[in-house]
Amino acid sequence: MNPSNGASPPASFDALIARPSPWLSGQGPHADLVLSTRIRLARNLHSVPFTHRARDEQLQGVLLSVAGAAQRSRAFENGLLLRMTEMSPIERQILVERHLVSHELGDGVKPRGIMIAADESLSLMINEEDHLRLQAMTPGFQLAEAWSRADAADDELDQSLDFAFSEEIGYLTSCPTNAGTGLRASVLIHLPALVLVEEIQKVLKSIMEVGLNVRGLYGEHSEVMGNLFQISNQTTLGRSERESIERLERVTREIIETEERARERMMRDARVQIEDKVWRAYGTLRYCRSIHSREVINLCSAVRLGVALSMPGLCHLRVINELLVLTQPAHLQRLFGGDLSPGERNVYRAQIVRERLASAERETEA
Amino acid sequence: MVCQVCGKNPATVHFTEIHDNKMSEIHVCERCAEEKGLHAASKKHKFDIADLLANMVDGMTTTDEERVGHVQCPRCGMVYSGFKETGRLGCAECYTAFQFQLRPLLRRIHGDTRHRGKVPTRDGEGVTRSRQIHRLHDELQRAVEREEFEHAAGIRDEIKRLESGTPSAPPAGEKPQ
Repeated sequence: MNPSNGASPPASFDALIARPSPWLSGQGPHADLVLSTRIRLARNLHSVPFTHRARDEQLQGVLLSVAGAAQRSRAFENGLLLRMTEMSPIERQILVERHLVSHELGDGVKPRGIMIAADESLSLMINEEDHLRLQAMTPGFQLAEAWSRADAADDELDQSLDFAFSEEIGYLTSCPTNAGTGLRASVLIHLPALVLVEEIQKVLKSIMEVGLNVRGLYGEHSEVMGNLFQISNQTTLGRSERESIERLERVTREIIETEERARERMMRDARVQIEDKVWRAYGTLRYCRSIHSREVINLCSAVRLGVALSMPGLCHLRVINELLVLTQPAHLQRLFGGDLSPGERNVYRAQIVRERLASAERETEA
Repeated sequence: MVCQVCGKNPATVHFTEIHDNKMSEIHVCERCAEEKGLHAASKKHKFDIADLLANMVDGMTTTDEERVGHVQCPRCGMVYSGFKETGRLGCAECYTAFQFQLRPLLRRIHGDTRHRGKVPTRDGEGVTRSRQIHRLHDELQRAVEREEFEHAAGIRDEIKRLESGTPSAPPAGEKPQ
């Protein structure tokens, strides 16, 4: 498996999923706390009703014109276009687990598609809640970088597509909660120390008080697992993209500092207990024989904390990040090459986790 | 013209609000104007249509809501009650068709009703210029707050230039659209 970001462009779905998502690389600023940064822009074509009101032939037209515009752009040069109607439910679910498509796009009923840039740092959902959902993802905490990529791709698409826009309200979206900039900037952040010292509720409350939103690992309506929180802007009108992003940047920096202070305090007051927790989690992952995906996520959280605290002998962050996605049901079944019952999945998941960690140990020794 | 509040009766009462050199109009029927105290409100020194409508929506009775629910988008046929059920609008034109219902809603969601972000390049130089002026005004205010007066003077000159429509030299190689 080639973990490199600069891999050759994926020619097919198989080629795409044969390599780990670049946003899991464990690189980038503050990667020990921030798994990934995402910028999403919602756009619609002026002349077509919004997705839920459009006829299938109109959506087919949107799919063709948006995919055509993307294929002509530099941002999506050598990109891969996948049509949801041509994919199996497992394949669609794999894209959801990789954070490339939303649950809504993954239903496979309407003419929907996704365009994925050669390096997977950009993707474009077509006919989701809005006709276009452009997404830039980077590993670590890189809001400016992600914004610059999404902004440039948006400018290119804008050259050949007539976006629904009004001077007063801005970009017009199917749901008024996205109208204006259509921007959702988010960071996926790991806050185990704040959870352990029971300060997390206070922090989450203050995040919401400044107009930001907190969600779980898989976005809207998903629960919080593995001490992973997605923090994003809530409003899209009245602030420029840059102002929204700067605010999220500022608040995230404060949260990072608070988490780091909690980690220092924890290590000063309870080093042995923390080390014990981390190594027990690693031991369970390394030698388990049957394990649920939720338990993997929770144990990975403890190991991730150990890696971030530079405890010697643990694997690279990339290995932990990749386990989060690889052990999800669709990825697991794809890897197995067939359907698995939930019980069989737990056994196979345990085998995959053991193998990955053993392989990482061999790499470290070498 | 049909009343923009109930969407049924002919609009015979017309109000105009001018804010930031932009004009907003509201056309309502006698009954809605009377019931919602628009006549009284208009006599005050200053009133804001969006706030007024926000109060009106808050104070709506079931009958009011039924009437507003019948307002229909001429392009896609979506009725306002359909939007209220699904939370999703039918097309870009719905934003104009339901503007008087949406404005207070947008204010409640976002705390604002005016876009300050980027503009599609295809929307023409005029929109871009007016957005630039808005942005520069914000920047000017921040510069003054930070007491960066030299910078502020530069911004003020740029605003004047844009307002007078004096073209700036285009960057080399840039083609006009």
